[in-house]
Amino acid sequence: MTSMKRRIFLKGSLATGALGVAASAGLITPRASLAAWAKDAFDAKDVNGALSGLFGSSDLAASDKIKIKAPDIAENGAVVPISVSTDMGNVESITIVTEKNQNPLTASFAMGATAIPDISTRIKMGKTSSVIAIVKSGGKLYSTGKEVKVTIGGCGG
Amino acid sequence: MSSIKIRASASDGVTTVKALISHPMETGTRKDAKTGEKIPAHFIQEVVCTHNGNNVMTASWGAAISKNPYLSFSFKGGAAGDKVGISWVDNKGEKDSDETEIK
Repeated sequence: MTSMKRRIFLKGSLATGALGVAASAGLITPRASLAAWAKDAFDAKDVNGALSGLFGSSDLAASDKIKIKAPDIAENGAVVPISVSTDMGNVESITIVTEKNQNPLTASFAMGATAIPDISTRIKMGKTSSVIAIVKSGGKLYSTGKEVKVTIGGCGG
Repeated sequence: MSSIKIRASASDGVTTVKALISHPMETGTRKDAKTGEKIPAHFIQEVVCTHNGNNVMTASWGAAISKNPYLSFSFKGGAAGDKVGISWVDNKGEKDSDETEIK
């Protein structure tokens, strides 16, 4: 188990390193403080890039303790209501990733000491996609996903 | 006038906050229908939520949060009369903040 964790850690650091110039910025900004807007992660074009940029790792463990509430079919992709909650303890952050969006990373909520891990917002979806909710708890990443069918895209262009 | 509308209510030791922010949340990929030129990105990047001045939650947003964002969250504690504050900063450095009392 220990060696597994080490491998995941190494994988994460290597992925960041391989990004070259982008990484030099990435090493300073994203994880030092969650309050700093993680530009690399939000600019990433795929889910792994977004997760590596935000957490330094894209290794997710599936969890049934995360509840994601979203419509099965969204008639208007410009306004898709999403709620994420979990009964896990020690939740550090809740992150929403929309797999097929041009920039998959949609939002990340850093939880303060008194925050209850239950948030709702509305997101834009370019097309039918899986919406992934990621909960960081005790330094580990857990996720669950839900497919949302979009009949009219909401990202314009 | 503030760009933020906040409602906070406490019951059974839990405060629930619902907020609406007026903001265009432009992705930067949309084109102007008349000129065909791209509309520059303009979206909120960070939202900070406080209870009596203490941080409860900090949200980092991309451009894929819907126009005029809606946000709901809750936290432990809070009583009628306590202050709940929300402030935001967008990618152009524009910002706003507002606070309300818990009902």
